[in-house]
Amino acid sequence: MVYLTRKAEFSASHYYHNPEFSAEENQRIFGKCNNPNGHGHNYTLEVTVKGEVDPRSGFVVDLKQLKETMSREVLDALDHRFLNKEVPEFLSRIPTTENLAITIWQRLSPKLQAAHLHRVRVYETPELFVDFYGEA
Amino acid sequence: MKAYLTRRYMFSASHRLHSDSMSEAENAATYGKCNNPYGHGHNYTLEVTVSGSVNESTGMVCNLMDLDAFVQREILERFDHQNLNTIADFARTVPTTENLCIVVYDILQRGFRHAHLEKVRFEETMMNSFEYWGENRVIE
Repeated sequence: MVYLTRKAEFSASHYYHNPEFSAEENQRIFGKCNNPNGHGHNYTLEVTVKGEVDPRSGFVVDLKQLKETMSREVLDALDHRFLNKEVPEFLSRIPTTENLAITIWQRLSPKLQAAHLHRVRVYETPELFVDFYGEA
Repeated sequence: MKAYLTRRYMFSASHRLHSDSMSEAENAATYGKCNNPYGHGHNYTLEVTVSGSVNESTGMVCNLMDLDAFVQREILERFDHQNLNTIADFARTVPTTENLCIVVYDILQRGFRHAHLEKVRFEETMMNSFEYWGENRVIE
């Protein structure tokens, strides 16, 4: 089994707010991230797939296909967007880094035929990242 | 759904690697430059990884404000700009980065209640890093 990781970057804005919480609760729980006008990050995405090395091509996965799938399913939807308002998943789900990792997994997993998705890692900043392995 | 959250912190500290159970010659042979009697320093990068179900109301494994406050109070204030050899945690053990991993893991394991601690990872320099997952975890 060999693991292959492809990186990508996207920039987006978001804010954290749960309409079921009072204004005070939102402020207490989410702090600065609750600013309703949003704020932005340069995100780094790492997608790791795993598989046996194909004896003819020497590949775990065709990187070009992986790159195209990541662009089509993830980057086109998220890059330079206000996540809360422009990405359907985040109309009902707070766009935390945890939920971004889960959402990206859910977008990619059904679209990767040859390779098996192993991990989605999302860096919100160089000092904060979340890993999701598809665990329930 | 279960996710793993990793946060990085930095602090600077000095240390000297020296074991009272070894002779001067053994210490010099074992630790080399790190045995210099006056010590030396590093900019340490600490990575703390916690895990748990993503809370549906908050979208979080744990609130970063809680993790940051705990690490600031219990770890950074204890170690930043200190000589590790003078800290009680290293009264009986050599302040290698291996032992620093274990000390910091134990502090988090005992005191941080908002998420499950997975591992502690230290970068002593850009070339050296160390991980501790607790005693009972076998890494595949």
